[in-house]
Amino acid sequence: MKMNNIKISLIVVALFFSSACTDQFIETREPVYSIDSENFFNSETDYFRALVAAYDLLQASYINVMLGEIASDNTLAGGESPTDVIGIQQVDDMIHTPINANIRDVWNWMFAGVNRANYILEFQDKTDFEGKEVIIAEARFLRAYYYFELVKWFGPVPLKIDQRFQLGDETSIPRASVEEIYALIEQDLQFAINNLTYNAPDVGRATKGSAQALLGKAYLYQDKFPQAASVLGDLISSGQYALLDDYDDIFELVGENGSESVFEVQYSDQQGAGFGCLQCSEGNVAVGFNGIRNYNGPVFDSGFSFNVPTQEAYDAFEDGDIRRDIAILNIDAWAAQTGATFGIGNEHTGFFNRKYIARQGDLNLGDQNLTNPNNYRAIRYADVLLMAAEAYNRSGLDDARARGYLNQVRSRAGLDDVTVSGSALTDAILRERRVELVGEGHRFFDLVRTNQAATRIDGFVAGKHEVFPIPFEEIQFSNGNWQQNPGY
Amino acid sequence: MNIKQSTLLFFMLLCTYFLNAQNIKVSGVVVDAEFGSPLPGVNLLIKGTSLGASSDFDGNFTINDVPLNSVLVVSYIGYKTIEITIKNDAPLNIIMEEDAQSLDEVVVVGYGTQKKRDVTGAVSIVNSQTLDDLKPVKVEQALQGTVAGVNVTTQSGAPGAGLDIRIRGVGTNGQSGPTVIIDGYVGDINVINPNDIESITVLKDAQAAIYGTIGANGIVLITTKSGKAGQKTKVAFNSWVGFQEASRKIPLLNATEYGVLLNETYANGGQAIPFPDVSTLGEGTNWQNAVLENNVPLINHDFSVSGGSEKITYAFSGSHVYQEGIVAPKKTDFRRNTARLALGAQLSDKIKVSTNVIYTYLDRDSVNDFGLGSVLFNGLNAPPTLSPFQPNGDFSLVPNTPGLGIEIINPLAQIFNTYNDFDLRKINGTIQVDYDMFNNFTLTSRIGFNTTNQEGKGFFPIVDYGGKVFDTQRSSVNQNKQNFNDYSLDIFGTYTKTFSENHNVVLTGGTTIFKEWGSGLFATGFDVPNNSWDFADISLAVGTSGEGVRDVGSFGFDERRLSFFGRLQYDFKGKYLFSAMIRRDLSTRFGPGNQVGIFPSVTGGWVISDESFFGDGGTVSFMKLRASYGILGNDQIPNNGFIGLLTGEGEYVLNGNLVSGIATGQLPNPNLKWEEAEKFNVGMDLSMWKNKIEITTDYFINNRKDLLIPNIPVSGILGVAAPGAASPTVNAGSVRNTGFEFAVNYKEYIGDDFNFGINYNITTIKNEVTQVNNGTGFIEGGSFGVGQPAPSRMEVGLPLGYFYGYKTDGIFQNAAEVAAHPSQIALGAAAQPGDLRFVDINGDGVINEDDRTNLGNPIPDITMGLNLNFNYKNIDFVMYTFASIGNDMVRNYERALTDVNRQTYWLDRWRGEGTSNSVPRLTTAATSNFVFSDFFVEDASYVRIQNIQIGYSLPQSAIENMGFTKVRIYAGANNLYTFTKYRGFDPGASSGAPIGGGIDFGFYPIPRTYLMGVNLNF
Repeated sequence: MKMNNIKISLIVVALFFSSACTDQFIETREPVYSIDSENFFNSETDYFRALVAAYDLLQASYINVMLGEIASDNTLAGGESPTDVIGIQQVDDMIHTPINANIRDVWNWMFAGVNRANYILEFQDKTDFEGKEVIIAEARFLRAYYYFELVKWFGPVPLKIDQRFQLGDETSIPRASVEEIYALIEQDLQFAINNLTYNAPDVGRATKGSAQALLGKAYLYQDKFPQAASVLGDLISSGQYALLDDYDDIFELVGENGSESVFEVQYSDQQGAGFGCLQCSEGNVAVGFNGIRNYNGPVFDSGFSFNVPTQEAYDAFEDGDIRRDIAILNIDAWAAQTGATFGIGNEHTGFFNRKYIARQGDLNLGDQNLTNPNNYRAIRYADVLLMAAEAYNRSGLDDARARGYLNQVRSRAGLDDVTVSGSALTDAILRERRVELVGEGHRFFDLVRTNQAATRIDGFVAGKHEVFPIPFEEIQFSNGNWQQNPGY
Repeated sequence: MNIKQSTLLFFMLLCTYFLNAQNIKVSGVVVDAEFGSPLPGVNLLIKGTSLGASSDFDGNFTINDVPLNSVLVVSYIGYKTIEITIKNDAPLNIIMEEDAQSLDEVVVVGYGTQKKRDVTGAVSIVNSQTLDDLKPVKVEQALQGTVAGVNVTTQSGAPGAGLDIRIRGVGTNGQSGPTVIIDGYVGDINVINPNDIESITVLKDAQAAIYGTIGANGIVLITTKSGKAGQKTKVAFNSWVGFQEASRKIPLLNATEYGVLLNETYANGGQAIPFPDVSTLGEGTNWQNAVLENNVPLINHDFSVSGGSEKITYAFSGSHVYQEGIVAPKKTDFRRNTARLALGAQLSDKIKVSTNVIYTYLDRDSVNDFGLGSVLFNGLNAPPTLSPFQPNGDFSLVPNTPGLGIEIINPLAQIFNTYNDFDLRKINGTIQVDYDMFNNFTLTSRIGFNTTNQEGKGFFPIVDYGGKVFDTQRSSVNQNKQNFNDYSLDIFGTYTKTFSENHNVVLTGGTTIFKEWGSGLFATGFDVPNNSWDFADISLAVGTSGEGVRDVGSFGFDERRLSFFGRLQYDFKGKYLFSAMIRRDLSTRFGPGNQVGIFPSVTGGWVISDESFFGDGGTVSFMKLRASYGILGNDQIPNNGFIGLLTGEGEYVLNGNLVSGIATGQLPNPNLKWEEAEKFNVGMDLSMWKNKIEITTDYFINNRKDLLIPNIPVSGILGVAAPGAASPTVNAGSVRNTGFEFAVNYKEYIGDDFNFGINYNITTIKNEVTQVNNGTGFIEGGSFGVGQPAPSRMEVGLPLGYFYGYKTDGIFQNAAEVAAHPSQIALGAAAQPGDLRFVDINGDGVINEDDRTNLGNPIPDITMGLNLNFNYKNIDFVMYTFASIGNDMVRNYERALTDVNRQTYWLDRWRGEGTSNSVPRLTTAATSNFVFSDFFVEDASYVRIQNIQIGYSLPQSAIENMGFTKVRIYAGANNLYTFTKYRGFDPGASSGAPIGGGIDFGFYPIPRTYLMGVNLNF
């Protein structure tokens, strides 16, 4: 018995020391099935998968597109009631304040995109493989795309190049000037132009043409007309793109990624998300939001009746413009014609943004309204032609060429050529931009950059509303590092 | 006693047995010393044998065949055990003295036990009697109102739904429930059979520091039943059935009232009235009654067998519970079967082994009972003018109109189309070896384990609710299997010694190793054959999502904790008590350099009544002052928060197909460190009038520092809003809870036949956030309505999770009042007479977001329990009541649309100047009346009669012939009535979220249960 006691004691003591008395038990544990973010980018596949993730945030730009219309004179907020998504309602009425969940989404999601692009660029030298410059060029294109949105919306924003933002940067990195941000955008896009071709490896990825168009647009926003004319002229003369014959086709499934598509944000009806994470949806959330309230009838699907066009936008089309009834759905006429029924939402105008409302026949997996597959035609060739026309006209380089581009767009719409020059031509081009691109999210920024916003938008205060407020929370987080935009 | 001695004794006993091989009949009566009343049910056992008996109702007993000179052991709960040597067969008159009462009760305090009189921490105990009285289906329910300082909220009244225990308030915005320790190892209170529990001990203060990291939210120690050495085999069988109904219904408009109000709504909005003739509408459909059923069964059976010889103890038990829900009984049912075996063996005089294993099977089905679109939400909002079924027998469709929105669907159709199943199989248990290694030194080694396998399945048929968001075009079935395991290995030594007669020392030291790991696998199959639950399995549902979409997922984890601890307990003559504890923990939740946490605490006590100056008691027989102070920790945060992992979601569409990328997940915080809970407590225990009155009172201050706040809002430039990404976990806040607890227990015997007891306890809590260190100074949470800002906040100087919205100041009675008030247009619409008037909090002449303010909070200021019992002859009666005062709730189960059904309070709406100053007008026009304001915040204080029960025990004379020792029948009711002004279903419900709790989306009401049952012991 005594021997047994000793044996047991020894066993217990041995057990104690062998398994317990060492911190190794804790320190040697590795997280289960996970990849450390600092130990990635070891192969071409790693770079490609990080690039896919950087594209992902383009899908979240649906809110930019919606608000770009709603803030302008093209559409009203709509929705169920005046308190339905109050942030959108306030932007419509130009009474938005720094406390606005939807403006904050723009900030958060576009910076998320910047960070995903910078994640790749931070590790761009880690592993070499053939064709890496294409991936790097796309990452830089995406960074430019996201920063361009940020500078459009907020003016000066914090800038970090080839590095992800770190905790604490919000209190130390200042808001870079608009010039600095555009300088980075230009460099990134120039790099992309130099390293990309007109044919992307996969449909949906950025091409040389995408980069040229975006660079031209960035120049235009800075009033750098000769540079814009140059790069957009190169793009047009490349002959890679053409207007579709039928304007209607552009916005239907058949028209996705067609010859008119210079850059297109890709969506799918295969995987949705909930209202808790709208940016997670693989579908175009704006389409469900824009949809006809309580609709029952052919062709279209129901939605939340946001972003409803005004009578004035409807009337902006010249007589005989075939684009009007393609761009804007006159629901009363449609109901009379087809027997469809619909509900009356907040700020009902009788019009819907037909380019981006839900179509029948989609799977809408996950959520009926949040998983619509309609791609967003971010940069259409028609837009490129009108931008080029504006660049050639406003730079004073070549009004004839400008008129030529403009009239290409007009003739597809079934309209007569314009013949004017100079500032009359400028006005004609800007008028054309409105009707050609109505519902596509460009209007507010076009009005701002051409100094028409204060006269065209009710409640718009010059010197304040050109940019949106930095989210209240961000000002707080920055602990005095960032100042609010003027007037807010 | 060593082996030699015991062997000798054994032979001596053997000798006496053979020498006196004449057996006699022993009989007599057992009475109470104080009252002289007979004591029924007293356990009488001949030592070392299985011979024995229980006294009958008149205290009489008889044992046959007793050897002369054997020792009769007489024991009874609450009385001192007596040993009597049998010399002859003369009838015995056994007088039992009450034990110095519960003060000698043994209390489990973590890695050891203490007598209650020596306990220096704030400890509350719930014994098996209380569990027996309350008949909880889930153990948590028995903690409500029975102990001071503990509050339990229901997440839902659905069978098997979770409950949240909060000890001394909410200390953290993260995991704020206590750690549950079952027989020494980390366990799960959620699935245990209440009848297997001997006692529940709640450690509320720094005494829990022996558990270091896991003690910050308090510790609930559960001791399961075991056999006792030398105890005759006891068999208990309990069976009861209950019939359930909703404990509360919400008064809703009938079809006529609805029609009248809707006409007014439309007329006010300048639209054509929908019901030109309301006289034909009648009562219409009462959707609430259609959804809530009565006489829904609840069945419980359990049995236990326990006993022991001199060396071996045993207990085994089994139980079966089946409960259907009051909403959709067949689709919200709950079944739990348990089996348990506890064995103890004294292997030698030095080594004791005990083991206890529990097997649990649980099957639960549920419907959507929480949130926008829950069954009850639809039941409350569906229009009463709509009949549930179409003439052809199909479910009717809630029209797809702006007035009814696209979320409200026929709740009966919703129930019909809900199919799911959840099964859980779990084995947990422990094996313990106690080894008396040296004199006064015992080494204990124990391993406790939990292993759980659970599987779930949900079927989503193709369904058309008429253009609603819940329409499904493709059927799918999702299935998952998950496996969770953990073990706790404890090795610790206990050294007990008395020095110089009066100095008592207990030293405890050891280590605990804890590891938890598990994995899960999820998959979805599409296109279920026949659109039927019978075919809903991935083996048949062979459809997949589009190319590139992953219909599968998985997870795995492995987390560990290593702890060393030491404790010194010292007392001088039992009069001055002192203990000191220290624990060092390492956890894998923290990164290098931050893994170690050290948690010290001290407690002290002074038994004043033992002082000579105190005299011989008189009125006060016992008085003890206690104090404790210590630091505890918390590591309950998402795993791997200190490193950046590629767990983000990065999907995009290329070539028309989804392609999965890879992206960063939660933003890492390499500086993560332990959350600390600093706990201070002073208390007093008092016994008066020969322990008829016992009082325990405590005052506490709990400071929680370095709160581990997961997903703390940080600047968006960090990319935390990306899909699958999250804000880091940061040590960024402090919360203080202070409070006062008082519990009194009074029991009295009046004559021979009547005794009663009253137990009352009260707890006050003041909760205040003292720091939020993320730049903004607040953290938001919860949701209200559709598309509205978050209504709950954690903010410095205010209670955790307070409600943040607009304050109202009555109703605009006329246009002049509107004109005199700042514009409310920023809230959505310009005000009209009849609209809510919002207060311009900051006085800037505009009503906008900046005018939001504190509208209340869901934390009760005071909770109370009042529990009564009496026994008169064979009749026993108990009543348990609970009160919660000062908790607010948000009425968020009304969809803010024009055509939904409404509560009857809308009958008192504003209809013109002077008609109402609280309920606004009804209109289809745009208003700001539905923004989150105090119009939706209600005082949810309540008093609930939790349990009332009356029982009758058959006289001993009637049952002993049948071989029973106890036969009791009883009837009662659970949740009999709730007194409250709150309009919703259950003022005691909460999602349990520290920020965002107390928002009522139409909580499934807790059922009122009428029950009857029988206890059989033999």
